[in-house]
Amino acid sequence: MSETPARVGLFVTCLVDLFRPSVGFAAVKLLEDAGCTVEVPALQTCCGQPAYNSGDKADTKAIARQVIDAFENFDYVVVPSGSCGGMIKEHYPELFADEPAMFQRVQHLAKRTYELVSFLTDVRGIAQVDARYSGTVTYHDACSGLRELGVKQQPRKLLKTVSGLALKELPGAEICCGFGGTFCIKYPEISDKMVTDKAADIVATGADTLLAGDMGCLLNMAGKLARLGKTVRVRHVAEILAGVAENTPPIGAPEDAR
Amino acid sequence: MQPTSHAFKENAHQALGNANLQKALGLMRAGFPAKRLATIARLPEFEALREEGKAIKDHVLENLDFYLETFERNVVARGGKVHWCRTPQEAREAVLGICRALDAKTVTKGKSMIAEEIALNDYLEANAITPVETDLGEYIIQIRKEYPSHIIAPAIHLVKEQVAESFRETHKELDPGRVLTEAPTLVAEARTVLREKFLAADIGITGANFCIAETGSSIIVTNEGNGDLTQTLTKAHIVLASLEKIVPTLEDVSTILRLLARSATGQEFSTYTTVSTGPRRAEDTDGPAEYHVVFLDNGRSAMLGTEFQDMLRCIRCGACMNHCPVYATVGGHAYGWVYPGPMGAVLTPTLVGVAEAGHLPNASTFCGRCESVCPMKIPLPRMMRHWREREFERKLSPANYRAGLAAWAFLARRPALYHWAVSIATRVLGVAGRRRGRFRSLPLAGGWTAGRDMPAPEGQSFQSLWAERRRSGKAA
Repeated sequence: MSETPARVGLFVTCLVDLFRPSVGFAAVKLLEDAGCTVEVPALQTCCGQPAYNSGDKADTKAIARQVIDAFENFDYVVVPSGSCGGMIKEHYPELFADEPAMFQRVQHLAKRTYELVSFLTDVRGIAQVDARYSGTVTYHDACSGLRELGVKQQPRKLLKTVSGLALKELPGAEICCGFGGTFCIKYPEISDKMVTDKAADIVATGADTLLAGDMGCLLNMAGKLARLGKTVRVRHVAEILAGVAENTPPIGAPEDAR
Repeated sequence: MQPTSHAFKENAHQALGNANLQKALGLMRAGFPAKRLATIARLPEFEALREEGKAIKDHVLENLDFYLETFERNVVARGGKVHWCRTPQEAREAVLGICRALDAKTVTKGKSMIAEEIALNDYLEANAITPVETDLGEYIIQIRKEYPSHIIAPAIHLVKEQVAESFRETHKELDPGRVLTEAPTLVAEARTVLREKFLAADIGITGANFCIAETGSSIIVTNEGNGDLTQTLTKAHIVLASLEKIVPTLEDVSTILRLLARSATGQEFSTYTTVSTGPRRAEDTDGPAEYHVVFLDNGRSAMLGTEFQDMLRCIRCGACMNHCPVYATVGGHAYGWVYPGPMGAVLTPTLVGVAEAGHLPNASTFCGRCESVCPMKIPLPRMMRHWREREFERKLSPANYRAGLAAWAFLARRPALYHWAVSIATRVLGVAGRRRGRFRSLPLAGGWTAGRDMPAPEGQSFQSLWAERRRSGKAA
């Protein structure tokens, strides 16, 4: 593990802020355990993807400017989502390609921005976590983290060091679950069929727990599994790696479930 | 054909309820991606080849006029003719002109997406010329009066029982008691029926996978050999191609051919790769007496120099649709025109207009799998986003969606107000959903909750909890 202290700005993401603060606190714990001091700028709201993917460039740029203002003075920006992380790292520079002064600032920010789990392994050199979880988990590779940021082995590497945990690979783990941000709003019927197929693949693994690194996909898959009456527990990977699963019920589960 | 891309949602709804289609799509989902992966795993230089192929095509697009003129010069030098057509109508008329000059009654056709794009079959029939499709998939959809649902596997939306049924209805001269339960029997029957048509045809029409500037040759790749018979047995061979099919040299083609079949079907090479150069020469034992290349622009030259230029690198392998989770869910016909899937989502709005085809670039989760498998590294999601930008600028997206987006953006640009609104929403939803942990229905989320529950928020926003933690001095 890296001994150098680092000042990290946590980009919480709008879905963690709204639906599941536990994931944000799990991220804070993991980062502090990795020798970072964590701050959460209050000037953040969302990364701007809903506007960006709807073709609304003006609002996207305004939101991106807010993020750049709030985060550019940290050593690193860490995001518990490959989707929002990919937006800042890959797409912000494209947005300001025609504005040299902004482009420089945004590149500076993009270079320091990481998805949470890959930051822990690739930047902080974390090789194991101090956590327990009894169960067989399967892992869905959220699309943006996988294809834009190359997050694939990092979560598996750390999950294997959680005591009591068995990892069962999910066939088709790299196929989209059908969430797609604005896609599930515009084409709910197609989105629903996609997550139905995904749920069948998840159930077929026999795993009792489903993990992923993106809240959007997790809400989608948890919502489908719940509607189908399946008892698979759904959680963000950070909750397991931080060892805080017992503090909150799984996503979409009743308050007495743990 | 009349596009129905504007009705994408209704088309998709029908597709989801079509059991045969869903069965066929299930087979495709399991087939192509695994085969591609196995083949490229045996070719360590595959990634480097993608870069090479992309560079060849980028070079062509920067010098397209030069290579097109070189190609024409070499076609003419070998006794052939090139027909330049700006519109589908001009291309149809060029083909008809050649047919009329040779007094043709029947034409055989190899697989050609340009023929689909210009709706050639309908036009020929209206002019008393009978077109016969000789690619098995194209033949099946021709007798069923359908159009392709996939650019390399036109009948992939069908299961073999449907094909058997269509064969019984069409091939009435054959024994009604014959058994048609297995695919090889169906192939053999089509082969027998088609053999007669090959021999009777006056003119053969094929597409072109490549047009080689240095030799004036066209190339097709097939797995059935139907293209060879189509073009060698007739009086004239007509090649239908779009401008971007041009490649400088045979050497360049061999690079791209190493990418094509591997990306398309997971084969190392297609069964037949046929190079056609000019009409039959005096010393040749067979071949057509005339060789024509009909080049279609149809808006492609207008893509040069725009954010859509990269699309013209497309070699029509179909890998993007083979790997698209949306295509795998609704099939190709839902897209409502000739080109489906991710490449269609970019190309169709160019060819039929974004007002007609605006749904297509929206019907993507931006999962990025298409770009990751595209042998020509075309940034398909980025170009779909460009279409969304044009739609947004022209206010073509639905009014209620735009209003929702504007309200959200208003809040997202005002952090203090946003955090206040979120803290209220989490409290209200948290209290309402705490016991069950999820909602079976929610106002404004009917689309979502029709098929899934909506997980309930925990009850307080992260930002308000974080502020509390800092106030109580627990912050690190």
